[in-house]
Amino acid sequence: MAIIIDENTNVLVMGMTGRQGTFHTKQMLDYGTKIVAGTSPGKGGAIVEGIPAYNSVREACANHKIDASVIFVPAAGTKDAALESIEAGIGVVVVVTEGVPVHDEIEMVAYAKRRGTIVLGPNTFGIVSSGKCKMGIPPNKYFVEGPVGVVARSGTLTYEIVGNLTANGLGQTTVVGMGGDRVVGTTFIDVLKMFEKDPLTKAVVLIGEIGGNAEETAAEYIKTMTKPVVGYIAGKSAPPGKRMGHAGAIIERGKGTYQGKIEALTAAGAKVATLPFEVPGLIKESLGIK
Amino acid sequence: MKMFEYMGKELFAKFGLPVPSGRMITNPEEAAAVAAEIGKPVVIKSQVLSGKRGKAGGIKFADTPEQAVTAAKEIFGMTIQGLPVERLLIEEKLKIDKELYMSITVDGAAKMPVLIASAHGGMDIEEVDEEFIIKQHIDPELGMHPFIARDVVRRMGIPLSGPHGKEIVKIIQTLYRIFKQKDAELVEINPLVFSDDKVIAADSKVTIDDDALFRQKDLPYVEERSATEKAAKDLGLSFVDLDGNIAVMANGAGITMGTLDTLQYYGGAAANFLDCGGGTGREATAEALKLLIAKNPKSMIINIFGGITRCDQVALAFKDIKESVGFPCPVVIRLVGTNQDLGREILAEVGVEAFDFMQDAAKKAVELAAQG
Repeated sequence: MAIIIDENTNVLVMGMTGRQGTFHTKQMLDYGTKIVAGTSPGKGGAIVEGIPAYNSVREACANHKIDASVIFVPAAGTKDAALESIEAGIGVVVVVTEGVPVHDEIEMVAYAKRRGTIVLGPNTFGIVSSGKCKMGIPPNKYFVEGPVGVVARSGTLTYEIVGNLTANGLGQTTVVGMGGDRVVGTTFIDVLKMFEKDPLTKAVVLIGEIGGNAEETAAEYIKTMTKPVVGYIAGKSAPPGKRMGHAGAIIERGKGTYQGKIEALTAAGAKVATLPFEVPGLIKESLGIK
Repeated sequence: MKMFEYMGKELFAKFGLPVPSGRMITNPEEAAAVAAEIGKPVVIKSQVLSGKRGKAGGIKFADTPEQAVTAAKEIFGMTIQGLPVERLLIEEKLKIDKELYMSITVDGAAKMPVLIASAHGGMDIEEVDEEFIIKQHIDPELGMHPFIARDVVRRMGIPLSGPHGKEIVKIIQTLYRIFKQKDAELVEINPLVFSDDKVIAADSKVTIDDDALFRQKDLPYVEERSATEKAAKDLGLSFVDLDGNIAVMANGAGITMGTLDTLQYYGGAAANFLDCGGGTGREATAEALKLLIAKNPKSMIINIFGGITRCDQVALAFKDIKESVGFPCPVVIRLVGTNQDLGREILAEVGVEAFDFMQDAAKKAVELAAQG
């Protein structure tokens, strides 16, 4: 079992004929993802890597059974694309695009909530059900099957940690990217709850960063979990007040600090790694593996 | 993008929010004319993108045009929190009966806008007790209706029957309209003042979402970045100057922070934060490397775990710079992920071997910086 997606998930790629859409359609197919269709308004009828493109989501849905969509359209059109997927009744929408205006994010997330759609992102690397299905952009070869669930806000840091887990013989059940923006569709708690229920997940890695209070909120739920959680928080060395990229990692009003997050996670019973490469050791310790 | 106070007030006025009469000036001589035009005692306010202007002496009062010029001269010579004063706003001095606080921003945790209001406004709003702060989330599908604004006014303890209450209901709705229509991350009035029967926005703080500037073309543009930060932004990258001597390029905000943390762990310090993630191609990456070289670092670390970023593009950019400009300091490269093998072949052509693990590369970069 895996969470959110698995080997039976039929995937739609929105923006499939674009540069990123084309490249990552191939990467996802190589990973084994069941991509059944794509969209590209005005380019319906095009074929990318053997997959048909349609002008609209509704048209794609009329011709294929679609369970999930992954969005590779530019930021200005992302809200429209996400709403189109949600409106068509697709249950899982992964929004890879970064730089989406925050007011668009608010509207997308509100509509998804009303329709009961799971949205990952915007600004997410996506989700990998290891060995079964990949939706998004992470490099294929590091994501292998195993007992660890991973949930994160930041993409490359996740590759870093998943790469370390895999190098230490620790595969993953599902690796979930929530997205690095201030307003995203899915929270740490949403994902932790799913991992708690998933019988194959034996331990969970939570990858956070300074800014916001998502990790502190997650810590409240971690207290109630039966499965071990290992946390890593990026940004220990970040100077206060500096805005670190688009990550929303702003330390302000004394909230969202590195120390506050570490204390909350530790108090909740999670083990906390100081540096990314310490994560596998702590997972092994939690699982009683030598 | 943060807007100057005078710009925020121009925006407020356009939407019909009450603001004091006044004008922005760029040299002290203009102060006399503006003060004479207003014909009343005036306040002279430095226009810098920083709070705490009053405490820094950046706000002065004058009764006559001559006094206004003297005060303006003093403020123009000031630097407030490292920012030189290049503009002043001269306004009528308001009679202030009461100061309130009012803002709308995005609550990421709640995934919706939040209105924050307090009957205790003015300076030091951060220190006002939590119990006097009203937080009203706004359902984005519902919007800001009069009943919501009325409820906030009631909770502020202001009678709805009086002129102030009615005016604040209108102000709250207008503020939300500005917030939505202008893609704002923050609209703030502090203080919102009672002046006899009127309610007036005595200050403005407006931050527009950078990601939405493409559709907010009629707003004035304010540059907040250093020259290097701006150059990076123009390349589509995010860059922040730091104080250390090891130049850093990594792909993604998270891994860049992780790199900074790891350098610090080994006793080093980063000269900058440069996130070249998001699928940056060969040319932009090469330009980014030039920005790092210009910082004159003791060593450099390139830490790539490619997803959407392709290792071959990064390697080609490195090769371009090595063969054209050359690197003035030792460079350590960690290169894994998408198109890793291609990238490593390209590096091998210029005699460079990439590291597999971030911690090894970071440790090496710290050692090399210490030797340099």
